[in-house]
Amino acid sequence: MLKESQIMKIHYMTGIAALFVVAVHILMRLVMPYNLSLEYDNVILNYHNLPYAVLLESILVLIAIHGFNGLRIILLEMRQSRGWEGFVTVVTIAAMMGVIAYGTRTIIVANGLSLG
Amino acid sequence: MTETIEKIEHLDKKRAKEHKEKEILRSSVTLKVLRANRAAGEPARYDTYEVPVQRSTTVLDALLWAKQSKDHSIGIRYSCRMASCGSCGMKINGIPRLACYTKVSELEGSTITCEPLANFPHLRDLVTDFSQFFAHHKDMKPYVQNKAADLDPSQITKLSEFLQTPEDVDKFLQFSYCIKCGLCYSACPTVAMDTRFPGPQALGQAYRYFADTRDGASKDRLDMVDEKHGIFRCHFAGSCSTVCPKGVDPALGIQLLRGHLLGFSKSEKKAAELKDRSKA
Repeated sequence: MLKESQIMKIHYMTGIAALFVVAVHILMRLVMPYNLSLEYDNVILNYHNLPYAVLLESILVLIAIHGFNGLRIILLEMRQSRGWEGFVTVVTIAAMMGVIAYGTRTIIVANGLSLG
Repeated sequence: MTETIEKIEHLDKKRAKEHKEKEILRSSVTLKVLRANRAAGEPARYDTYEVPVQRSTTVLDALLWAKQSKDHSIGIRYSCRMASCGSCGMKINGIPRLACYTKVSELEGSTITCEPLANFPHLRDLVTDFSQFFAHHKDMKPYVQNKAADLDPSQITKLSEFLQTPEDVDKFLQFSYCIKCGLCYSACPTVAMDTRFPGPQALGQAYRYFADTRDGASKDRLDMVDEKHGIFRCHFAGSCSTVCPKGVDPALGIQLLRGHLLGFSKSEKKAAELKDRSKA
């Protein structure tokens, strides 16, 4: 079981790293007119570009870890009992893994790779 | 004179100067006191008392005048009347303050509202229950732990002492001025939500002993505060440091302790030397 200081270290590091990757992601919207960058073909092209797909995956993982830990912290402050702490930890980890799994699946499918 | 003492003297002078500039002189004030006996299930109400005041009258003086002359049943906890015991903490005009350390002349308006401290279970009138607050304080083991210390009563004649430099003392001195009045605990927004959060006072004390070169339990102290409802739940609102009547900065202690937990600050603490005074 991780100590709270270790969890918070991960929280701060994912937050800082997310700032960087999201900044790159936003900058990529500006290499062409914004509305064009959101057209279906261009979006699919992004997913086919492997480095960009890796960037999207890292955004997904970093934001999910940072965001769901933030939610865990907020929920922990709402009630003080062992049961609630356990429930909040399990639910936020499950939700985080669910979001990462679903997002990863989307990236893989859009990339054109077969899931088998 | 250590750096901390100089800083506190400077703050005292600044406070006195500011007070002189903002002083409002009047011959009487209206005290609006929250009244309720929670054990009897009474709902809260406000009683008002017209109290004659002088330039040096404190809110505690005014309350005691009202208790003596108008209503003997006002419930109030107090003792030293000189900001040393920390008993008369209450919300004065909505801000946690010591009644004995707050002059009527420094408060704006002709009505002074006195309410019990927030974040403490309310007992009666201006009296609150400090059990949980002291329990958090006790959890931090607020005493020097050192296996080298000669605590054996049969060795008491040894007359040994730990030597510290003024620089060593400066690292924790301001935190040792805490009088456990509970004003910081009352002002803390995290305590208002999370009753298992130790609060600024207890965390400040954890840092006070962590930074003390005579203490040998630094790792245990870090482990104590490193839990789900521990030090990382502090939102760094800073209200604890703002309301402290003794110039203690618990928010600083919390941030320094966090730095050590996260590995940003390296503990360069050198253990104080135990010296046998009888040989000197």
